[in-house]
Amino acid sequence: MAKVPLISDFLVEREKEKCINCQVCCRMCAFDAHRYDPETAQVSTDSSKCVGCHFCESFCPTTALTIKRNPSDSRENANWRQDVLKGITKQADTGGVLLTGMGCDRPYPIYWDHILLNASQVTNPSIDPLREPMELRTYIGRKPDCLRLERSNKNKISLKNTLSSQLVLESPILFSAMSYGSISLNTCRSLAWAASEFGTFYNTGEGGLHRDLYPYGKNTIVQVASGRFGVHAEYLNAGAAIEIKIGQGAKPGIGGHLPGEKVDLEISRTRMIPEGSDAISPAPHHDIYSIEDLRQIIYALKEATKYRKPVGVKISAVHNVAAIATGIVRAGADFVSIDGLRGGTGAAPTIIRNNVGIPIELAIAAVDTRLREEGIRNQASVIAAGGFRNSGDIIKAVALGADAVYIGTAALVAMGCHICQKCYTGKCNWGIATQDPYLTKRLNPKIGARRLINLLRAWSLEIKEMLGGMGINAIESLRGNREALRGVGLSDVDLKILGIKPAGEAW
Amino acid sequence: MRIDTKMIGHAKTESLNSAIRKPESSPFGSEKGRLYRKKYLADRDYRIPGNCAVSGIMNEAGKCFSGDAIIRSIALMHDRANGMGGGFAAYGIYPEMAKYYAFHMMYDEEDAKQNAEHYIRRYYTIIHDSPIRFKKTQKIGDNPLLWKYFLEPKKEVMHSQVLLSEEDMIAQTVTYVNSQIRNAFVVSSGKNMGIFKGVGYPEDIAEFYRLDQYKGYLWTSHGRFPTNSVAWWGGAHPFGFLDWSVVHNGEISSYGINRRYLENFGYRCAFFTDTEVIIYLFDLLSRMHGIPFEIIAKILSAPFWNDIERMPEDEKRVYESIRMVYASALINGPFAVIAANSDTMIGLNDRVKLRPLVAARHGDFVYIASEESAIREVCPRPDSVWMPRAGEPVIGRLKKEPLSEVQIGSHMKKEYEVM
Repeated sequence: MAKVPLISDFLVEREKEKCINCQVCCRMCAFDAHRYDPETAQVSTDSSKCVGCHFCESFCPTTALTIKRNPSDSRENANWRQDVLKGITKQADTGGVLLTGMGCDRPYPIYWDHILLNASQVTNPSIDPLREPMELRTYIGRKPDCLRLERSNKNKISLKNTLSSQLVLESPILFSAMSYGSISLNTCRSLAWAASEFGTFYNTGEGGLHRDLYPYGKNTIVQVASGRFGVHAEYLNAGAAIEIKIGQGAKPGIGGHLPGEKVDLEISRTRMIPEGSDAISPAPHHDIYSIEDLRQIIYALKEATKYRKPVGVKISAVHNVAAIATGIVRAGADFVSIDGLRGGTGAAPTIIRNNVGIPIELAIAAVDTRLREEGIRNQASVIAAGGFRNSGDIIKAVALGADAVYIGTAALVAMGCHICQKCYTGKCNWGIATQDPYLTKRLNPKIGARRLINLLRAWSLEIKEMLGGMGINAIESLRGNREALRGVGLSDVDLKILGIKPAGEAW
Repeated sequence: MRIDTKMIGHAKTESLNSAIRKPESSPFGSEKGRLYRKKYLADRDYRIPGNCAVSGIMNEAGKCFSGDAIIRSIALMHDRANGMGGGFAAYGIYPEMAKYYAFHMMYDEEDAKQNAEHYIRRYYTIIHDSPIRFKKTQKIGDNPLLWKYFLEPKKEVMHSQVLLSEEDMIAQTVTYVNSQIRNAFVVSSGKNMGIFKGVGYPEDIAEFYRLDQYKGYLWTSHGRFPTNSVAWWGGAHPFGFLDWSVVHNGEISSYGINRRYLENFGYRCAFFTDTEVIIYLFDLLSRMHGIPFEIIAKILSAPFWNDIERMPEDEKRVYESIRMVYASALINGPFAVIAANSDTMIGLNDRVKLRPLVAARHGDFVYIASEESAIREVCPRPDSVWMPRAGEPVIGRLKKEPLSEVQIGSHMKKEYEVM
């Protein structure tokens, strides 16, 4: 028995009376789950190949298809779950590391679901955002402790400090780093167009910046990661800010690997590597082995951009995140991005994605508290990332102390992603995490951008409604305002770390 | 400059949870003991939102006038209060002791007084101390121990602390007493000024303290309508810190972040009321950061981005920077506030004007009040009356040194002798 066949995850049901054997599903599925047999002139399905991306189901012209969990039962076992058995079986077959895509799917506590917001009643009026101004504008970057103002002889007030450059966001939401390579150029285009039209930023990830995207530089954060793919002076100066990527929530402590099959001509040009060669990002930056090395890189990048652009550092949320963030701020970073346990990825070892790091909620609270204790909170902005599902999560993150949040998975879902977690295969049927031209053309970047803008708009409206409900008309009055939050079903220790009171306790 | 926390003992920097003081067991034994003896300061453990009346009168030429006017003004707005707190701040009332810091104190018990005095003596010479005089009235009933001190900081203490100014030292003392000495409370701590407050309607509080017999050039007052029954003498307005006093009608929805912002600069919120953040913000922005009052108003009650976009380029840059750098100092939520120090009185509304505030000028007098009637009660035909727009400050400035000991000195002197 060389190979044990796996029980399929999903069961594709085809209603025979609806199916017209048109073969659309066969052309749709990059995993070849559907087959047309010319002899019988029938379409059939091999459920074992189905990844549950729901693409065929969504576009079957006669709605003949339904994807279900495979009901095939085995004896219940809380320890030896089906996915555990499958993992062992696959590894016994191959001797390899299990790979996966997207963020951690294990049922760790989601603290957002245990945090509740406040609202005004009687003693302070709530504000209707449809009638009154409601401000979400957010500045990312270093701020001085105080302003030095000077009164001229004409009684005009002028500014004596020079402020360092900032990113201006119309809403405290940015698109996370996703590299060209892990996602298609059309997906990058959608993100770039949406960011520039809405007034926020997208992030190149470590994939470099494709020539076509230079015009959107004003709304681009360019990333410098350990592989230094596509990093050159023009690239650094093309963006509005630079982010040094140290870690990623889905795979703290390890690097990345874009398989050579995905490195086509365009990606090879953008990343400045030979076509067809694997793009391997080392686990550490080999020129950053300490905080003082990081400081040198931060200032090297500032020098390279003539101090005109904020330089930030992205880390994954790990146990000592507060102290690390403090060090990063003291090393000169203008913003710190923190990616939590549930942060997404194009490819990561499953065991690392599911077992390393801490939830972003606790990381935000710990970092914000520590920076304030040290009196340096104003010296850098904090951008939180890692599994933000809706505007409620975002407003709670802001109240805990984040300046803004990155959304990645949510943005992909807006463009069609169904989180099948097969990004690493390069066969994304939705045309997102793939370089196959047959698949990438499925995502029309104009439509993608429109859907992203809709999402940002909807979430911003909801944030405004919630702010108005609290009687607050500018997001900065909620930022770090943990009095606006209460915990339910949390332990004393959780509440202490989050710095919030339990529900039922007044001011 | 930061307020050093060395002197004020261990600073409370842990979580918000532990920063809020839980009611300890009563010094009189069990909780039951509370039934037998009324407490005046213990209820400080609760932060209570409130609704209120405010009034302020200032003579910009520094001419002193009796408390009668401010009492009539605030009394007219009786219905805006519910008898759970009233108070007055008066500037220019101690001209003979003008060079010393006047501390008005409340104590729940003799022990607290001894503890506080023991602490104060370590850092200050007590030039004079006496009970704050009052008249027992039916309407006010029982009261805490009320004491006033005139203090001079000991030079040797100041010299032993690097870069400690007198103001920093006073600030530390007030913070320490209010947060660390149980059952003792500093009501006011400025020079030539004092705050008189308690539980009751403001006009009754005025009668209790006999405020019609004091003369000052700047008066503010407050009638309180807290939204629950907890009331304590220290919780009435005005709040005082150095020579700052604040009366406030409103609720600060941004309290959580204002407080954390101030903690960054070493302020410890000890009064358990949202109003105190206003006073600390004024102190931080004017004394520490040296920002003019017009701009402070624009920090606390910031103009909207839409309005900033329309400003000329250089002005736009100033306001954009203000909102960036002082984002956490923005006071959000409804408020009408009158803040005063020895030479300024500032009336300010929140950025969408959710609480009433009217201003008037007549000769050297500046009036600010919740209602126009409260101004016309004492000044029937002012030169001008206006409704300040949201975020537009009304500023009264002292043009001269406050007049003169000759005029009212004999009266004040008598007070020291009598008590």
